[in-house]
Amino acid sequence: MAVPLAFFGLFFAYPVIAIVGRGLKSGGTWQFGRIGEVLGDPDIGGVLWFTTWQAAASTALTLLLALPAAYVFARFDFPGKQLLRAVVTVPFVLPTVVVGSAFLAVLGRGGLLAELWGLRLDTSVWAILLAHVFFNYAVVVRTVGGLWSQLDPRQEEAARVLGAGRFAAWRKVTLPALAPAVAAAALMVFLFTFTSFGVVQILGGPSFSTLEVEIYRQTAQFLDLPTAAVLTLVQFAAVGTILAVHAWTVRRRESALRLVDPARTARRPRGAGQWALLGGVLVTVLVLILLPLAVLVERSFQGPDGYGFRYYRALQSADGGGGTFLVPPLEAVWNSLQYAVVATLIALVVGGLAAAALTRRAGRLVRGFDALLMLPLGVSAVTVGFGFLITLNQPPFDLRTSWILVPLAQALVGVPFVVRTMLPVLRAVDGRLREAAAVLGASPLRAWREVDLPMVRRALLVAAGFAFAVSLGEFGATVFIARPDNPTLPVAVARLLGRAGDLNYGQAMALSTILMVVCAVSLLVLERIRPDRSVSGEF
Amino acid sequence: MTDTAAKPLLDLQAATVRFGARAALDTVDLSVAAHEIVCVLGPSGSGKSTLLRAVAGLQPLDSGRVLLEGRDQTGVPVHKRGVGLMFQDHQLFPQRDVGGNVAFGLRMHGAGRAEQTERVAELLELVGLPGAQRRAVATLSGGEQQRVALARALAPRPALLMLDEPLGQLDRSLRERLVVELRQLFERLGTTVLAVTHDQGEAFALADRVVVMRDGRIAQSGTPLEVWQRPASEFVARFLGFDNVVEATVTGEAADTVWGKIPVPAGAPQGGARLLVRPAGVRLVPVADGLPCTVLARTFRGHHVAVQLRPADGPLLEAECPLRDAPDVGAQVGAVFAADEVVLLEG
Repeated sequence: MAVPLAFFGLFFAYPVIAIVGRGLKSGGTWQFGRIGEVLGDPDIGGVLWFTTWQAAASTALTLLLALPAAYVFARFDFPGKQLLRAVVTVPFVLPTVVVGSAFLAVLGRGGLLAELWGLRLDTSVWAILLAHVFFNYAVVVRTVGGLWSQLDPRQEEAARVLGAGRFAAWRKVTLPALAPAVAAAALMVFLFTFTSFGVVQILGGPSFSTLEVEIYRQTAQFLDLPTAAVLTLVQFAAVGTILAVHAWTVRRRESALRLVDPARTARRPRGAGQWALLGGVLVTVLVLILLPLAVLVERSFQGPDGYGFRYYRALQSADGGGGTFLVPPLEAVWNSLQYAVVATLIALVVGGLAAAALTRRAGRLVRGFDALLMLPLGVSAVTVGFGFLITLNQPPFDLRTSWILVPLAQALVGVPFVVRTMLPVLRAVDGRLREAAAVLGASPLRAWREVDLPMVRRALLVAAGFAFAVSLGEFGATVFIARPDNPTLPVAVARLLGRAGDLNYGQAMALSTILMVVCAVSLLVLERIRPDRSVSGEF
Repeated sequence: MTDTAAKPLLDLQAATVRFGARAALDTVDLSVAAHEIVCVLGPSGSGKSTLLRAVAGLQPLDSGRVLLEGRDQTGVPVHKRGVGLMFQDHQLFPQRDVGGNVAFGLRMHGAGRAEQTERVAELLELVGLPGAQRRAVATLSGGEQQRVALARALAPRPALLMLDEPLGQLDRSLRERLVVELRQLFERLGTTVLAVTHDQGEAFALADRVVVMRDGRIAQSGTPLEVWQRPASEFVARFLGFDNVVEATVTGEAADTVWGKIPVPAGAPQGGARLLVRPAGVRLVPVADGLPCTVLARTFRGHHVAVQLRPADGPLLEAECPLRDAPDVGAQVGAVFAADEVVLLEG
């Protein structure tokens, strides 16, 4: 437990506190009056309002579209289910930058809708909402669907035998069992959309700004640290509240549900209604998820004179982007992969140790620690990135010029995923198996190696994959600390998108495609090694 | 107790385990001699599983001591105690095959590969599953799992083998066969065994000595015959299924009860007491010759019929009677009592 605590203290709490302190302290005294001033600003009020309502709307829309899919995945068996599950999950691990550019390609200027119907949505809030749904579809499908598939259908059957109608049985038996999972998923979606950065940055234009985007603007553009510090605190408070409620619902979910093997609960759809439902879900996935990705790929090949590899070739030279880069953009691929591997290793060690500590101990303190681990998911990545710059630049931690800074920041985001993936599996290891090993003469460490490790090996791989994909796509913090001559993929994409010209746009699409392929491949590999015990993904 | 040979293999001294306000083990003193098979019998919640876990070191004691071969085990971790424990639901390692499960303890004790192979084969032979090394644990039936669990527990040659409800999950006929096999096996190997069960049939068939537990305390300890013939208390009597218990006042060789005068064994303590008449000691006679009763129910018990009787006054009576003599439900019969089936209970 000491290692994860030290890691979080040094690389999370310290930078965040330092930057907040720098913003709110002047002349050695705390200026809490600033908080009132900033919050009283009508512009900031507008940002707060927009952040909240777009998050609520995104969450509602995601639930509406994804809950039927959760049902379909839980209860129906159909050819290609495995593949579809992977496809649905791809967006979640895609970098926000890619999602942004994909939607730009569909909804934006010169995008698919513009070509077909002259429709442009990139400056409307719909673009943001749809991108958020795209992004979080998998959260609902996996969290709710995972549990749903493990609910014994015989429970409902028992209710039916006792005289409940089809809907009444669902409402009285299944829904109460499912409700905490739905609540947990909704809260996670709310959290992700509340703190959304890359998507809003790319699709929002100047008219829409979430807290996180505003923090970035205040920090990077206006150098108004006090305002940024206040906003960071506001976001911190909001995220803390959401996580507290989330922890509470998750705890309720862990209460005595009798779960069964998901393989036995699914069957072929029967009747027109069920086939129509399956069809509807397939169409949703097709339009909402596959279409943007397909258009993204298409745009990356489409030059002014027909399809070709023009943009991909341009990525190989530094001056192709009109001086945007010091190095060929393609080098970003190599940078990203190296960073992500290191970040994954760090996240696995820290997250693995944390999960092990959480499994062994119980109590209030541990629960607090559990919530603490989730904080990096919600606390402004921009703040963390900037905090790294101003705190880790002097002895004893002069890491500013070190390459390790980027993986450290990325690992911070990866750890919660590692913990979330490992925890249910570790907890599922029957403690008495460990006891059986102990009675047979295995020391505690040996018992862990012989009993726990073989059972969690697959979960460990899945966790590694998640951490890898998340590190690969991390944008908010990396954008601050990646050095100009060592950009990562998302940073390079954002830079290209920030420049005018077809060549830059095309290159951004090409680079996004590469990033998407890398993420998708790592995810598909993961689907292959999915643990037997369904990792329902407590995101 | 200076002579080491006289020291019991296992010695619990005032062992106490509390869960909150409730004592799961309440100053329990218990010793098990080498090669002895002791069976702890009690209803669920009586603390029997806690007893095993305390001996294994899985459950720390709140006070008292556990001694194994005379050595205090306080602070000795589970894996250094050298005891074997067969878990209630076996807890076979699902990711290992049968051979891997049985070899586990041997590996932990640093046995060489050749020794492991040999010992695994020997044990699987012993438990009646020769050649099952490569089978997956998931493909085993309940009885087979039980055998593998036993082989696994025996493999490292534990000084003391503990069994937690060893046959609890098996069906009746298998249980009856296995309990005989187990007893023969333990006698042959000279294993010292401490088993817990809630099934009296199992306990009496398996054990050299039976220990009855109630609410974390030992209610009675003795050979199966002693416990069966002389239940020490009403609790033990009722737990063993004897319900013919009545308030009595003993004078000389007879006791006054609501069932009338009942003969008691010679030398019984005088005065007020609780008195048990075992069903075998209730004989049915024509109604005029004994305590008048109405037959309430008859239950077929294989070699006899249990007849439930309602006397004019006092609690219901159970009588054992031969198959062909069983009266019909509703019949009026008389009951007389045999002194040698009467037990005076304490407390």
